Amino acid sequence: MTEAAFAYTTPTDALVAKFAGSVAIESHGQSVVHVEKSSLADVVEYLRVSEEFTMCLDVTAVDHLQDVERAQIPGIKRERFEVVVNLISHPRNIRIRLITQVPESDPSVPTLTSSFSGTSFPEREVYDMFGITFDGHPDLTRILMPDEWVGHPLRKDDAPARVPVTFKGDPGPR
Amino acid sequence: MSLTEEELTMQITGDSSGTDSLDDVAEDVVEQSVIAPDLKRLSRQTGEGSQELRPLQEIVIAGGPWPELEGDGQTMIINMGPQHPSTHGVLRMMMELDGETVVRAKPVIGYLHTGMEKTGEELTYVQGATNVTRMDYVSPLSNELVFATAVEQLLDVEVPERAIWMRMMLVELNRISSHLLFQATNGMDMGAVNMMLYGWREREEVLRVLEIITGLRMNHNFIRPGGLAADLPDGWQEAVLGVCEQVEAGIADYDKLLTENPIWQSRTVGVGVITTEQCMALSITGPILRSTGFPWDLRKTQPYLAYDQVDFDVIYTDNGDCYDRYRIRLFEVLESVKIVRQCVAKMPGGDYRVQDKKITPPPRARIDESMEALIHHFKLFTEGFRVPPGETYARIESPRGEIGCYLVSDGTGKPVRMHVRGPSFYNLQAISPMMEGRMVADAVAIISTCDPIMGEVDR
Amino acid sequence: MGMEQVGHNFMTGQLEDVVQWARRRSMWPAAFGLACCAIEMMAAGGAHYDLGRYGMEVFRASPRQADLMIVAGRVSQKMAPVLRQVYDQMVEPKWVISMGVCASSGGMFNNYAIVQGVDQIVPVDVYIPGCPPGPETLMHGILNLHEMVRTGEIMKRRSANNGGAGIEIANVLPTDSAPTPVTISIADHSSSTLAV
Repeated sequence: MTEAAFAYTTPTDALVAKFAGSVAIESHGQSVVHVEKSSLADVVEYLRVSEEFTMCLDVTAVDHLQDVERAQIPGIKRERFEVVVNLISHPRNIRIRLITQVPESDPSVPTLTSSFSGTSFPEREVYDMFGITFDGHPDLTRILMPDEWVGHPLRKDDAPARVPVTFKGDPGPR
Repeated sequence: MSLTEEELTMQITGDSSGTDSLDDVAEDVVEQSVIAPDLKRLSRQTGEGSQELRPLQEIVIAGGPWPELEGDGQTMIINMGPQHPSTHGVLRMMMELDGETVVRAKPVIGYLHTGMEKTGEELTYVQGATNVTRMDYVSPLSNELVFATAVEQLLDVEVPERAIWMRMMLVELNRISSHLLFQATNGMDMGAVNMMLYGWREREEVLRVLEIITGLRMNHNFIRPGGLAADLPDGWQEAVLGVCEQVEAGIADYDKLLTENPIWQSRTVGVGVITTEQCMALSITGPILRSTGFPWDLRKTQPYLAYDQVDFDVIYTDNGDCYDRYRIRLFEVLESVKIVRQCVAKMPGGDYRVQDKKITPPPRARIDESMEALIHHFKLFTEGFRVPPGETYARIESPRGEIGCYLVSDGTGKPVRMHVRGPSFYNLQAISPMMEGRMVADAVAIISTCDPIMGEVDR
Repeated sequence: MGMEQVGHNFMTGQLEDVVQWARRRSMWPAAFGLACCAIEMMAAGGAHYDLGRYGMEVFRASPRQADLMIVAGRVSQKMAPVLRQVYDQMVEPKWVISMGVCASSGGMFNNYAIVQGVDQIVPVDVYIPGCPPGPETLMHGILNLHEMVRTGEIMKRRSANNGGAGIEIANVLPTDSAPTPVTISIADHSSSTLAV
């Protein structure tokens, strides 16, 4: 693909122009674009088709419930969860990161498996660990925890990060 | 070879020789997309509604005359693992077999889930390397390096030159030991049991050198945010160069033993074929991607540490089968030896860690003399240091592919989120397309060639 | 062999020694390598540290053919029933070595995902500390086990020996389809119960 096919100089400019509600920032030298939750699948498909982003490296999530300090970004309403997607373009040798805010009241995001089948496993992991569902995922089941586990361990208010150490003959919880 | 942009773009479009998978892909998707991912065929594999594979046909046994089996008959679902002799950890494969042919295969993981990402939120940044190092336990220094790089990006510090070169040398030694383990276990899985002993013989030598430098054979906790835990000991050059010679002799032995061996070739040539399009769709990196004809290696294309100052080649092949991946990992050891020799020759002097009192603990001798040093030591090892709020994604090329660390901090001494993109987690998605249509006896060969380490799959 | 029930005189004493010699000189381990400790276990079987000198280099894939289960690595919640099933499939006499701190006590991972000590699931004979224990440490533990087999100490009843974690497991098999929580109570010690 030649450079003339791209009307914008960088993919972040193209995204901010095409998708309303997107905000592009730079984080430690890496391009990050905050997008709306509803347009996440469209953004990824656009990047794959038109901007030559050939591989989706990672889909993960963050729980900001207990953040002491959180940067405010103008134009983005911060929610409890964030879903983070990392993409790479091999021909252009660039990377991009997409972050979308996911409220606790409606923890669902459109799936990316229609653009990249390899997001199947990481989306299942995000569902398992955070309880964020991906609409349209072909097999959204637990992947790391046993099937009958109740709860979503990586949420801040779910499983404790440190369980009390028990000893034989221990008089009680420490 | 150094890659130019033309070379990078060469293999992306339309090379579908050797596979019939693209026939199933919808026409309009093919026209619109730069790459035609193998969507329908892949989505068929994840079409189950639950963890268990259900049989596709129903059999009614009525007790009377048995029903006539038409065509191929019924398929059988078998379960392989999680405890099985293939030495690749606790991976469970559910396979649907039609006779000896695998119709569908589904990996079930989670049997080694350790909650390391949750533990990572509980440990300070100083302690974080001990946690991360146990994810990919065969190349622990790669995990430590990617975590330390992420923390240093958030802190906005530059490590000194000597630390960069020491890190590079250690990571390449780790790549050698990881690929030797691959040769050993891959050989044993295919029946060449003596490969286990030969591979371990060379690996013990590399581990001995790592023990001389870091203090431990495995799970070193040596590459820490800010630099390294200690300086190189006296006499390290002889030890490292000696092990380089031993490893080269060992690799020549394996090559003589296996590469032209007709049994080895009939077990690996043409087995477990994957294409570049499938790799792109399935997020597969590392030797598997390089075996499909796409020479993508982060050390060359997006260099980190000092890889742009050393001379080495990227090994890649065209066929995408098990034999190719075996040969890639064999020759990558020789490239790593080349890099290690250059590191020994060019190792700069200087500090082995950042001289910032807020990040680096003081030398132990100073604690007796200076109250300030004592307080710094105490604070660093109890509370750790604070990292400004932000988020970053650091990535390096581990022996298995691209390992990344996505780190989010909120200004305190512990991360909000420490997520490691372990390459084996994504590479496992390659097993299903590789196995379909092959015999069940190839299943072990295919799993072995993906080189999964369950520690980083399940974290 | 039921030699434990027979009262010992000089003839059965000799036979007992032969039986114990045979048991400890060819104690075949079952392959239960889970994580990093598995790599060190394989290194112990390699040429440098050579478990073959004790007759133990054959790691049996089938638990029916194995005497010794070396639990090498961290046991997660999903793996715990598998561990118990493999242990149950082994034939008496059988021994368990818990290799590494993760198997012995949960190690550095005291969180929701790891069973805090494999002795909550199977009775352990030798605990080997280390993270991971080097092959020499593993061999030291194995030789300790051989010594316990040689003196016959290991064949005495556990309560008489005051050994093991002293755990009794109740309600292991739920009768209905919904999984019920397993109650584990610690016998002869405090009255606290751990609901799992």
